[in-house]
Amino acid sequence: MTEHPRLAPRTPVTGRVGDSVQRPDAVLKVKGDFPYSSDLQVEGMLWGATVRSPHPYARIGSIDASEALASPGVRAVLTHEDVPGRKVYGLEIPDQPVLAFDVARYWGEAVALVAADSPEEARRAAHKVQVDYQVLVPLTDPELALTPDAPSLHEGGNVTRQVRIRHGDQNARAEVVVTGEYEIGMQDQAPLGPESGLAIPDGQGGVDLYIATQWLHIDRDQLAECLALSREKVRLTLAGVGGAFGAREDLSMQAHACMLALRTGRPVKIAYSRPESFVGHVHRHPGRLRYEHGATRDGKLVYVKARILLDGGAYASSSTAVIANACCFAVGPYECPNATIDGWVVYTNNPPCGAMRGFGSVQNCYAHEAQMDKLAAALSMDPVELRIRNAMKTGSSMVTGQVVEGPVPVADLLRRVRDVALPPATTSDPVDLTEMPGGVSNTTHGEGVKRGVGYAVGFKNIGYSEGFNDYSTARVRLSVVGGRPRVEVHTASAEVGQGLVTVQAQIAGTELGVSDVVVLDADTAVGSAGSSSASRQTYVTGGAVKAACEAVRERVLSLAQSEMGGLSADAGDGRRLENDAIVSADGAVVVHLATLLGEEVIEETREFHPRRTAPLDPETGQADAHLQYAFAAHRAVVDVDTELGLVKVVELATAQDVGKAINPQAVEGQLEGGAAQGLGLALMEEIQVKDGVIRNASFTDYLLPTILDMPPLRMQILELGDPHSPYGLKGVGEPPTISSGPAIVAAIRAATGRPLSRAPVRPHDIVDTSPLPS
Amino acid sequence: MEFLQPSTWTEALQMKSAHPEAMPIAGGTDVMVEINLDRHRPASILDLTRVTELNQWGADGEFLRIGAGVTYTRIIGELGDRLPGLAMASRTVGSPQIRNRGTVGGNLGSASPAGDAHPPLLATDAVVELASVGGTRRLPVREFFTGPKRNAMKQDELIAAFLVSPAKGPQQFSKVGTRNAMVIAVCSFALTLDPVRKHIGTGIGSAAPTPVIADEAERFLEGVLDEGGLWEKPASVDASALARFGELVAAAAKPIDDVRGTAAYRRHALAVMARRSFGWAWDEYRTKASE
Ligand SMILES: Cc1cc2nc3c(=O)[nH]c(=O)nc-3n(C[C@H](O)[C@H](O)[C@H](O)COP(=O)(O)OP(=O)(O)OC[C@H]3O[C@@H](n4cnc5c(N)ncnc54)[C@H](O)[C@@H]3O)c2cc1C
Repeated sequence: MTEHPRLAPRTPVTGRVGDSVQRPDAVLKVKGDFPYSSDLQVEGMLWGATVRSPHPYARIGSIDASEALASPGVRAVLTHEDVPGRKVYGLEIPDQPVLAFDVARYWGEAVALVAADSPEEARRAAHKVQVDYQVLVPLTDPELALTPDAPSLHEGGNVTRQVRIRHGDQNARAEVVVTGEYEIGMQDQAPLGPESGLAIPDGQGGVDLYIATQWLHIDRDQLAECLALSREKVRLTLAGVGGAFGAREDLSMQAHACMLALRTGRPVKIAYSRPESFVGHVHRHPGRLRYEHGATRDGKLVYVKARILLDGGAYASSSTAVIANACCFAVGPYECPNATIDGWVVYTNNPPCGAMRGFGSVQNCYAHEAQMDKLAAALSMDPVELRIRNAMKTGSSMVTGQVVEGPVPVADLLRRVRDVALPPATTSDPVDLTEMPGGVSNTTHGEGVKRGVGYAVGFKNIGYSEGFNDYSTARVRLSVVGGRPRVEVHTASAEVGQGLVTVQAQIAGTELGVSDVVVLDADTAVGSAGSSSASRQTYVTGGAVKAACEAVRERVLSLAQSEMGGLSADAGDGRRLENDAIVSADGAVVVHLATLLGEEVIEETREFHPRRTAPLDPETGQADAHLQYAFAAHRAVVDVDTELGLVKVVELATAQDVGKAINPQAVEGQLEGGAAQGLGLALMEEIQVKDGVIRNASFTDYLLPTILDMPPLRMQILELGDPHSPYGLKGVGEPPTISSGPAIVAAIRAATGRPLSRAPVRPHDIVDTSPLPS
Repeated sequence: MEFLQPSTWTEALQMKSAHPEAMPIAGGTDVMVEINLDRHRPASILDLTRVTELNQWGADGEFLRIGAGVTYTRIIGELGDRLPGLAMASRTVGSPQIRNRGTVGGNLGSASPAGDAHPPLLATDAVVELASVGGTRRLPVREFFTGPKRNAMKQDELIAAFLVSPAKGPQQFSKVGTRNAMVIAVCSFALTLDPVRKHIGTGIGSAAPTPVIADEAERFLEGVLDEGGLWEKPASVDASALARFGELVAAAAKPIDDVRGTAAYRRHALAVMARRSFGWAWDEYRTKASE
């Protein structure tokens, strides 16, 4: 019998939809007791290490593993020749090699693998694998990649996808026109848990993989292809995930660990270091965006023209979907009768880019919100007023032609953040350095400090788009344990820190009226849940859990009917499940579930399929491409040291419609964390890439906001109820990341008068350091 | 990897002499990072944390002699009143966890141009005490830094302590980073006013291959203060003199463009920090003088 690694305990959760329920792993995490995937361990396991390309672009000749193989403790060295099945993988286009063959297309691309008795031995042997590289000139400028004479990095050229949106009159003219060009840097998801997992061979040609991921089934399907195994022979179980934010949508070490395990017949663990993690996952696409807005003198948008270029890096990942979002949401949540949007995502030899929280709607929000401020200035109009005047409402049309249904509270959100009382000026005496730009580094006691206020509103799609078959599966089992009814919920959905375990338990607790709900380990023994991305899991997996619970409830009621009589199976007489019992319409206990069920186990599995969407028309970009839209607005108040270019965000205020807050405490957490991640991109988070090489692949120089950078967040959470979704909920996770950063940049512009067309805003963008004329 | 763990200073020096390649480790906040990142793999490690002599400080003539193993937290708590500039710099180092482990000796050992203890040590004319089995020597900190992450320590030497005069006047430290805590300096500046010697001390961090002083700026400002008799009758210093001081500080730097900032920005920021630091220090001096 194979030993299994220790996973997080499955603690019962009690709570109903709408309660603030503490996460079952909260205390474990705070105390350092939570087993993350990097803590996985079994007897006799080997450690894997990865040999990576030191060049952004190079032809790969021979690979000599002899010296590495002869190193102490080494059990295997594998190259692309050892990939048993398909040699490439990819979420949308299988173009990324499991291990590079012929060419390496980015700095840090995996070329070979080593398994050894200890991590040090594996790492040291990895240095001894001799790869014969013929260095090529990397293509690192996305503009250049678009040109016809650029070298083609993949068959079919460098354009991964082009999106065209043609909406309304293409020759519309306007009285007032503003233009702008914007640049967004490459942000990292920076999940605190680096990529890691443990593969255990089953001795019969199959493998069990314990892994921190976002979507078990898509990993499994890709692994089965690459390992040339049937899907039944590749079984995945979710291990403790230390954050994801899109970084775990693509395969990283999954196939590598499985290959090494199958080859050596031993469990193999791979855990990336922080620098390795920077090349081990895709990043947020850097973007260059050119905009032209036309409006009437009284501030109604007439047209928007946008050209959006995203750098997808070396492989496709989810680029094709990201560029679609960047284009669909290019205008922001505004009514715009005419639009011409052209977007490209291209291959380069830069690090591959893909999914990250906000998924294409972040880059364009910087641009459309800067444009709205420019337009307001050109019209001498209040920037919030201009936004309200153009705000989408229920029934407004997207630039894709889709009519937006349900509550569309854009104007309301803007008014709400505007109407929050402004924080007082910072005037403590003696100065409290923690309140100053620069913090305890003592750079100012108030000198040069100016305050600015900025606004932004953004939106994005919830769930998969463009006709993708979006669904989730849930198995719900009701039985009696220790004299009390217990519900077990089993899905393959990935708890990545967002609070999905609690949500599933709350839904089951609500639907079945049972207080003891256990959410089982997510694994591939049950049907797919889809990815923990696109802010979709509460909607889609929540919907599946609800549906399975409804089926269980139906059976409980009909069991009661057949055993006791006098009950209608459809509960039409008002009988329901509550307090571990069937109760009548007036709340009186009809029968306790424990009594009714006895030894009986009721189990139901259901899939939940939200409404189907449609692909964008390739010529016009018109379609009902999205399932649900979610909106948030932010106001930022900043103090800027205008002489040093340092920024203190004094306060963020946000308003967001979440439809229905299933777990209000977790919703607040999403709003906080999302705003902080947005702040990071606005002020400091950037992977700096030069000639294809990452220059700051560590937390020494890739800076994340600290508690002294993140201000208090004043939240207004609206629950307006979407008529189509379970409980009326909306996806919550991404909107906070979209508009928080643009609001901060707007506030810095207001404080300094500088144009600031680039994020992150660096100190030297704020102060003019050009030498004084002598 | 060999692990050497002396329990006395004499033993430590003997071990270093016998294993000159051994990498000393104090708080380990630099050493362990290097090892974890696979940048450096020392053949042996010399653990100094049990050497109590290194954790002590006390008077040494008119100086304070501070053991190389005294942590930032202790400098802030125990010496903040006597070494305000170093304490201010210490407060900006990393996080509480890093300040609890990290030592000034380790900062000197690493000799990073961005080491935050260095500018205040330069500005106060501190002296580094180096020792080996062969004896002890004292070296002005100005002569200690020989290049980026290089210092004047010999293979068989260890840093025993640093010596510094208790502050005779106001001191300041100011550091630019792109986040408001836990950040490596983009550039930094330390300033000391010594009314007894009528001396201005400066130190610049992260803006040259080594930490440096702004010699000409010091002389200039001393001249301005002397000429106006301002040490005795502290009136305000005029803006053009302050601007000139800033320019001279900036001119003393030899910054480069790197991931943390541009050379032009560093020069600009140094000028601003120099002006502001002097403003704060001079205000304090004037307030004290008028009391
Ligand atoms: C998260 C983090 C944040 C940081 N932030 C800052 C910051 O803001 N500012 C800053 O300046 N630094 C910072 N550092 C770097 C580090 O904390 C400092 O350089 C600290 O002073 C090192 O002291 P230590 O005792 O930990 O040195 P160690 O790591 O133990 O040693 C550092 C070097 O000094 C040598 N050494 C130590 N003691 C002696 C001795 N007695 N004799 C001879 N050689 C010796 C070692 O061999 C090694 O080369 C940070 C580090 C981390 C991990």
